[in-house]
Amino acid sequence: MKKAVGVMVLLVFGLFMVFGVPAFAADTIKIGVIGPMNFVQGQGHWNGATLAMEVINAKGGIQVGNKKMKIELIKADSNEHLSIPDATNAMERLMTRDKVDFVVGGFRTEAVLPMQDIACEYKKIFIGCGAATDAICTRVAEDYDTYKYWFRMTPFNGTNLAKASIAHLMSTAGAMKQAGLNIPKFKVAAAIEQAQWADGFVGLAKAYIPKLGMDLTGVWRPSANATDVTAELTAIQRSGAHIIYAIFSGPVGIPFARQTGELKIPAIQMGINVEAQKDDFWEATQGMGNYVMTSNTYARDVEQNENTKAFVDAYVKRFGETPTYTAGTYDAILFALAPSIEEAGTLNSDKIVSILENRVFKNTTSTIKYVKDSEGRHLHDIQFGPGYSTGLATQWQDGKLKGVWPYKWVAAQGAPEVTYKGIVPIKIPPWVIEAYK
Amino acid sequence: MILLDIFITGLISGSTYALLAIGFSIIFGAARIVNLAHTAFYMVASYCIYLVSTKMGIHPGWGMIMAVILVTLLGTIAYQIVINPIREHHGAVLIATIALAMAFQEIMTLIFKSSYLSVPALIKGFVPILGVKVFYQQILTFGAAFVVMGGLWILLMETRAGLAIRATAQDREVANLMGINESRIAMLATAISVGLAGFAGAIVVPLTVINPRMWEHPLIMMMAVVVLGGLGSLKGSFVGAYILGFAESLVVFLIPAGAFLKGSVALSIMILVLLIRPDGLFGVSFEEER
Repeated sequence: MKKAVGVMVLLVFGLFMVFGVPAFAADTIKIGVIGPMNFVQGQGHWNGATLAMEVINAKGGIQVGNKKMKIELIKADSNEHLSIPDATNAMERLMTRDKVDFVVGGFRTEAVLPMQDIACEYKKIFIGCGAATDAICTRVAEDYDTYKYWFRMTPFNGTNLAKASIAHLMSTAGAMKQAGLNIPKFKVAAAIEQAQWADGFVGLAKAYIPKLGMDLTGVWRPSANATDVTAELTAIQRSGAHIIYAIFSGPVGIPFARQTGELKIPAIQMGINVEAQKDDFWEATQGMGNYVMTSNTYARDVEQNENTKAFVDAYVKRFGETPTYTAGTYDAILFALAPSIEEAGTLNSDKIVSILENRVFKNTTSTIKYVKDSEGRHLHDIQFGPGYSTGLATQWQDGKLKGVWPYKWVAAQGAPEVTYKGIVPIKIPPWVIEAYK
Repeated sequence: MILLDIFITGLISGSTYALLAIGFSIIFGAARIVNLAHTAFYMVASYCIYLVSTKMGIHPGWGMIMAVILVTLLGTIAYQIVINPIREHHGAVLIATIALAMAFQEIMTLIFKSSYLSVPALIKGFVPILGVKVFYQQILTFGAAFVVMGGLWILLMETRAGLAIRATAQDREVANLMGINESRIAMLATAISVGLAGFAGAIVVPLTVINPRMWEHPLIMMMAVVVLGGLGSLKGSFVGAYILGFAESLVVFLIPAGAFLKGSVALSIMILVLLIRPDGLFGVSFEEER
């Protein structure tokens, strides 16, 4: 008998070891943080969420009806850079084993789409903080009942990223003109990595750059993982380009920036370079990434609104680096979920969805308003433009990542001029000035 | 002008592949070992140089020397523990060496995370050659490929160790009967091969980005080079490397919007050559040479 009891105890203990301890603590709100945790993007997801949890729990938690509930974060490594099945398994585990109430994170579109399916199947709110593809939100409009649990937080969608990059291109050309360079007509070379999310930028470059009165000298599409782009740069220099419109999310952003600087290619590099958003870019390029510009979300000295500074300072103090857009998990938990839960007075997803989709609120970068499509259907995508999300453009200036856009930006005729606090003018590389003076 | 661009950039990327492929080729030629962890040793060497030059602030030249020594030692140990016991089972060697490469990848991920890192060039700056800007480091790579090729040629043809390697490559049993310790020769070939991977890492790393997965793409290209040139043929690897280098440059200059296809086009050329010459370009002549 004693032996049988012993076996039973061991069996139960073994089951706990395998499946984890069940959530007896019903006074916590469980939030799954999903992302590639061995990569900088996943670290951003986790760090942002950690800060939000600390802020909320320090105040005693979130008021849900008549009780205060603290937040408990569950880390889920999606490993989505390497394996989509790993990502879906991680989301499935959050739903079935960890039984989370909400999920934040996600990075690659290819992984976020199936993860979105799983979260929505379990009717759990999933706030995206990484993938930019428009289609993730289009699904909400097309099948609202299924996908209404999805919301976007960062970054804004691909179409708006493209719009912003064109505004950055115009500002760059303006800065080159102001520097007195002898360029009668600007020539632009587009270097766009081969990736699904970047495909739209090819058409955009071909359609818009000539409309801006500039010549498009060519479109080069290196692999997102290319480690040597000297051949591409030789061809770009031969094309006579003054500006390189670079669109990179992969590691190719490092050799491209480094080799452009080392070879002193007489063209300024702007666009989107995710690697250039990180603090370690300077070291990764051996300082050759000086003057590289990129679309960005945060910069240390820039305040987009009254919430920016507190967050960026706290993040830098705690983690020793500037946050990137995947740290938008902070906004997702602190500014999107927490007030919506308090307003709903329950953790019921359907009630929170109907509140969140109609709220207009400030996060650490902008005012968030969830938009509808042209047919009036909810997209759960965020409003882009002055007064709402605009993003930043940053430039590496002598080892520091400075905000350079919006700088006296006028979005449309008659619209107010926008300059955020801390924005500085674009600097033109000295070898570019020398080439065209 | 475009032909000149293609020629110069092709020569440069071909030299990088040649440096890696020669080491891989020698171990197959001498010991019939297909070491799929070859480029993982190149990755380990790269991290070693990063550690010494960037983290410890010592001149990268010392990092190079330490990397070559460390990687050679590591390769020799790996040979004794992982490869030697299963040498006769070629399939098992393939699986074991790819497992070894993945183990190195995970160890580097644990230590250095998955961040992208870089090291300074040994010789900074560039020189315009007929209008094409070429890094001094690339010229060094080009020169190193020829020096390594020449050095190996002398080792194999002019030394007793080289004679033993060639004899073993030709017929292991007869070499054994002649008093050559065949297992020791295989280990020597492994040490030379892995040392060359370390050397390639040391020369090439300032031109690339260091991360735990940096061994994957060069492995594919290096396999393509050695298969194209003829498995085990040093001369074949050398020629194959430049053919693929030129093919890649052709794609970038002639089809800019398809620049990402440069690797695929190079591999397609390899397949085309194999359809015509299944032993690769120099496979047959190498057999005779041995």
